[in-house]
Amino acid sequence: MGKLTMGVFPGLVGSLSLDFSVKLAEAAVKKGHKVDFWVSSNATMLSKKGQRAFKDYSTLYKTLEELFKTGNFKACACEACAEARGYHKEDTMEGWIRKSMDWYLASCFDADRVLLIGGE
Amino acid sequence: MATTRLAFVVRSLPYKTEASRLAMTHAIASQTVEIYLEDGDMVEPVVCFIGDGVLNCLKNQAAGKHYDVTSLEMHIKNSLLLDLKVMICKEDLDRLGIKEDALIMHAEDLGGETRAQIVPYSEIKKELDSVNHIQIF
Repeated sequence: MGKLTMGVFPGLVGSLSLDFSVKLAEAAVKKGHKVDFWVSSNATMLSKKGQRAFKDYSTLYKTLEELFKTGNFKACACEACAEARGYHKEDTMEGWIRKSMDWYLASCFDADRVLLIGGE
Repeated sequence: MATTRLAFVVRSLPYKTEASRLAMTHAIASQTVEIYLEDGDMVEPVVCFIGDGVLNCLKNQAAGKHYDVTSLEMHIKNSLLLDLKVMICKEDLDRLGIKEDALIMHAEDLGGETRAQIVPYSEIKKELDSVNHIQIF
């Protein structure tokens, strides 16, 4: 099985690009692949704990919680992007790591595929 | 020992979105990636400006004055200072009437020796064919 590294930049609410990214990661993990999921820019919002589910908005944290349990999914938020937006370490959902951009490039190093989902 | 080559293709306008800035900051992050890799392994970025993305390369940007943020000009200079390969599409410069003297071509004022390259798209395509992964910003 392979390793997919995803760089994801769109915000949580406002477009469905982040939903697509999480769905794709979920599909890859279900097929037995490993996924490294890097969020930068507005996508760091995804790492924030305390999200609530409303029917009119995307609810992705539940899927992430299930993905973390598989052991084949790593998610990392750009620390600078998060801090710039006021998301601090104590605001981060369990399972996430926070690093700088070199974490993403290191993941690209041995990835079988790299997919960048650009932001707005 | 292995090298993974990554292309950062910039098509976005400067300052309209965060995209081109993210391309540059991610490419520059290659300078510290070794902390995660085995000895001798490395990531080598190449930055390609195409389409409206060539406007990121204009000189005399005043982002600090107007937005109080680091300019894309400084990010491009830092890339050249770090000897990253920077390619700018000639056809897109011609389309927009931009001459070489209007562009950030070097970082000599910072002590850099590497120059940006203005090349036909066919050269950029060759470069993209040679890398391991392409990312479009």
